[in-house]
Amino acid sequence: MKITFDWLKEHLKINFKEKDLVEQLTNIGLEVETVENLSSGIELFKIAKIIKTEKHPNADRLKVCDVDIGEGELKKVVCGAPNAREGLITIYAPPGAVIPKTQTKLVIAKIRDVISYGMLCSESELNLSDESEGIIELSTSKYQKKIGHRYFLESKTNTIDLSITPNRSDCLGVRGVARDLAASGFGKLVNLKEKKIKSNIKHSLKVKINKEKNQGCSAFGSCLIKNVKNTESPKWLKDKLISVGQKPISAIVDITNYIMLDINRPLHAYDADKIEKGLIIRNSKSGEQFTALDNKSYKLEKDMCVISDANGVLGLGGIIGGTRSGTELDTKNILLESAHFKPGSIRNTAKKLNIDTDAKFRFERGIDPLSIEEGLNKAAFLIKEICGGEISKIDIQKTESYKIKKILFNPSLFQKIAGFKISNKKMIKILENLGFKSKKERKYFSLTVPSWRPDIMQEIDIVEELVRISGFEKIKIVDPTKERTKSTLTKSQKLFHFLQRSIASKGYLEAITWSFSDSNYNDHFKGKCEDIRIVNPISSELNVLRNSIYSNLIMYMRKNLDRGFKDLSIFEIGPIFTGPNPGEQNTVICGLSAGKKSRLSWIDKERDIDVFDAKRDVVQTLVEAGYSSDKFFIDDNTPNYYHPGKSGRLLLNQDKDEVIAYFGEIHPNIIKKIDLKTESLVGFEIFMDNLKLSDKTLNNQKGKFDVSDFQKSERDFAFIVSKDLKAQDIINVISNIDQKLISNIKVFDVYEGENIPENQKSIAINITIQSKEKTLNENDLEKINNLIIKTVENKTGAKIRS
Amino acid sequence: MSDLKKIKDDFLLKLEKKLSLADINEIKTNLFGKNGLISSQFKKIGSISESEKRKFASELNLIKNELQNKINSKINEIQSEEINKKLEKENVDITLPERTFVQGKIHPVSQTIDEISSIFSEIGFSVEEGPDVENEYNNFTALNTPDNHPARDMHDTFYLDEKKEKLLRTHTSPVQIRTMLKDKPPFKIIAPGRTYRSDSDQTHSPMFHQVEGLHIDKNITMGHLKGCLNYFIKEFFEVKKIKMRFRPSHFPFTEPSAEVDIGYEIKDGKMVIGEGDKWLEILGCGMVHPNVLKNVKVDSSNYQGYAFGIGIDRLAMLKYGINDLRAFFDCDYRWLNHFGFDPLDVPTNYRGLSR
Repeated sequence: MKITFDWLKEHLKINFKEKDLVEQLTNIGLEVETVENLSSGIELFKIAKIIKTEKHPNADRLKVCDVDIGEGELKKVVCGAPNAREGLITIYAPPGAVIPKTQTKLVIAKIRDVISYGMLCSESELNLSDESEGIIELSTSKYQKKIGHRYFLESKTNTIDLSITPNRSDCLGVRGVARDLAASGFGKLVNLKEKKIKSNIKHSLKVKINKEKNQGCSAFGSCLIKNVKNTESPKWLKDKLISVGQKPISAIVDITNYIMLDINRPLHAYDADKIEKGLIIRNSKSGEQFTALDNKSYKLEKDMCVISDANGVLGLGGIIGGTRSGTELDTKNILLESAHFKPGSIRNTAKKLNIDTDAKFRFERGIDPLSIEEGLNKAAFLIKEICGGEISKIDIQKTESYKIKKILFNPSLFQKIAGFKISNKKMIKILENLGFKSKKERKYFSLTVPSWRPDIMQEIDIVEELVRISGFEKIKIVDPTKERTKSTLTKSQKLFHFLQRSIASKGYLEAITWSFSDSNYNDHFKGKCEDIRIVNPISSELNVLRNSIYSNLIMYMRKNLDRGFKDLSIFEIGPIFTGPNPGEQNTVICGLSAGKKSRLSWIDKERDIDVFDAKRDVVQTLVEAGYSSDKFFIDDNTPNYYHPGKSGRLLLNQDKDEVIAYFGEIHPNIIKKIDLKTESLVGFEIFMDNLKLSDKTLNNQKGKFDVSDFQKSERDFAFIVSKDLKAQDIINVISNIDQKLISNIKVFDVYEGENIPENQKSIAINITIQSKEKTLNENDLEKINNLIIKTVENKTGAKIRS
Repeated sequence: MSDLKKIKDDFLLKLEKKLSLADINEIKTNLFGKNGLISSQFKKIGSISESEKRKFASELNLIKNELQNKINSKINEIQSEEINKKLEKENVDITLPERTFVQGKIHPVSQTIDEISSIFSEIGFSVEEGPDVENEYNNFTALNTPDNHPARDMHDTFYLDEKKEKLLRTHTSPVQIRTMLKDKPPFKIIAPGRTYRSDSDQTHSPMFHQVEGLHIDKNITMGHLKGCLNYFIKEFFEVKKIKMRFRPSHFPFTEPSAEVDIGYEIKDGKMVIGEGDKWLEILGCGMVHPNVLKNVKVDSSNYQGYAFGIGIDRLAMLKYGINDLRAFFDCDYRWLNHFGFDPLDVPTNYRGLSR
């Protein structure tokens, strides 16, 4: 909402400076967004005429215009507006001018090799309206003789743009802002004498509000003004509207806008001669159509609140009027509407039809239901003053009457909430200045809520008013106590933080990517999940919730590879989604590495990053987090986005069927489809929610400290086994032979090829043997050696290599 | 001169010469071998008279020790000479690069969340979480924002169904609802997490992070709210003093509501938080609306308190001088490396939040 200091002074007697005003507005909750001086530089914008247009030699959509700006010499201006044509009178901004909307300063610019001196402006660029299609078209008859004149009238006052919160509809008018300021002690509210219409002229147009379910109109006030002469508004009125960013149109429209901006009372003027046999306010029928003042045709659904006549819909009540009954410069007789519409009905209709207007914005927040007559009086007298004519009696139709709202307020609630004290006397003063009526009833105040405050419903709202007007700076700080009764993080939150930092410590950069993804990427990784679509995505590239973190990570990996990086590791810890309902999500840590290890090293041999790098990162991280690797069960049962032969799955132990992690090379087909250029791409996923959390602390999970100082001996064995035999199977067999003596098993070579029969391989294993009871002699060692060989041969079909 | 003395003098003299390891071994054999000079002297002890025996034996031992020490030190001398000679040839170009290493990094948003948790942990808040997909009730209705409330327009919501019942949470406030429905008062929680609005431009990202705060107990006033936020902001920006301004505002789920600005100034092109005459909005807060308490079945005549919501990304931008919000989620390797934190840099209160 825009106001000016000058306008405000019509409602508020003040001795303060504008700078103090800006601060005070913010202090009472009417946040000042910007203060701009309209007059600075606006004299540069000139009325100009396009003399000639030519197609731009290097751009199909641009034109080169010769523009007369009243200086004799024509200016060359490059313009992209479709409506730029010879003879059009419009507004020219020279180099050096600052475009109000973008706040950019124009310079002489080369646009595709043609030099452009300044630009031709659209209404939206000048903040006159939201109209951004094409440049402004000024009426030839009016402006023909004004070529070269400044377009804007000078204004000395600053425009203050307020951000009014949705609860404060009363402050969408200058008077409401003044009232709030006065209540806070900033000036005194000027009492305006209301002049009432006293007329003998009959209101000859019948108005009827249909009594039906969900009727959105509760009251409709109107009067007729006959024999008016609609005209251009006088300078004071035009200046006023321009000063708050409105575009003057004609006196009648300008007056209704002025009253709306002044006291937040939306009005609508009809050309009474275009209304066929009176007005009916009713619910729309499905399929009804009308053309609104924004020149768009709307097809209505059932039960929208419309103003109609015998020929059909004229407008949408409280939202927008129609072209059929709109006022024009030659309008002679007008019907002035001042009505009350229900916020819910307004909002439903506007949302369905996707219309946003000033009236809609105000009605959906709530208009003072008792301002119907005031609005008619004010506007009718102004119209009579400017356009002449005779005002009829006022007619008000009602289906509901306004019910006075009362609140019983316990003044002790104030201190209980705010933490500081103000006297009862002061409370009453603040509330009365805000328009409340107050009566003491024992220890309570019986408060009558002003009709313009739909937001005030209960006691707490009264506290809010009192705190706001007293000033938040009066609240005294109570320092927090440093006391903890509950641990800050839960076990799983601790695990989250641990895993996050554990992965990062292995050389991975943490990324945070969006929870949604491009279905083209997500499709590769969604497995059996259905798409979880966003109904209104921001773009088609972000149209589904991700089923896997890979969907995003792989895309960003590609972007980074395209930036010329070759070896990199990134990871993300965050949600993946398994269904469209709250809670159907899991926390996953997903890492992705590309390229080589030791690339271009003078000392180490370079190699492609591989599945065993990913396996190490997964296993090491789990071990660091406190899980025992002795029990880990690993097989090659992995989803189809992994390389079928070079990937694995990890379970905490063989009996548990919940997958803790997948790791492996990404399937070459996916790499090819995504067009990702790297020597190798491996990744892992750890499913945090599947990790069992022990009730015990890590310390309590540890066994006794029990080590042996007796001599240990190491023996190497090489077995020839079938190619399909898994290393883990041999290890399991060996570790089960004698857990007291066999303390460590290490695979140190796997070999296929020369000297080994086809379909077989050689596995070399180093075994550490140590007793906790004695030093083992040759005899003992020989015995266990033989046992190892015999058991492995029997259980796995292996042959010891001699 | 006795035999013993002569042996000693002869051999000490020999050992003064420049000798090889082989020479020394020969000397060792000559002295201590089976028939070595010293060994044979020991054999003589049995045949010496009782009166002489003691003296002889002690003299012999002394000489034996002396010679042995001399031999040992000579061996050490030769060995270290040999090592030194070898070292002259063992010489690398130490300016060649070390073996490659990679340093992982923690994302600034994660680091900031840990900093925030650490600060609130000190004053007794615990961390709660909620799902990213919410129902319309928890995200709006329960928070005193019924359907058709204009405040819903302030949130551009992503919906997952045509009926608009399921959505991506537009703020972390539904965690308040979940927490209060699940437990009994008092409540003292923060809830950091991802939030979503269908807004995308230079300063808006469709996904961003918020932290919600909620403290409900008996007699919690706006003074406590002010104290809590004053403490948090001072600790977070690691400054001794902070200029803070509460401005009345409106959120449907708090009454009274406020927005909080902090003072700053620009010094040498850098933003200095806590001083100066410029204001920067950083959070919204207020006293939890009685309607919200009613919706979660907390008796508002007995319990009251405050709630706040802070944009985490914005805090991180301010503290760490990051200009572009969009870059947070763009995953540029160079950006992550530049603004990320070493994983060992865990924010704690004894060590300080940042280095």
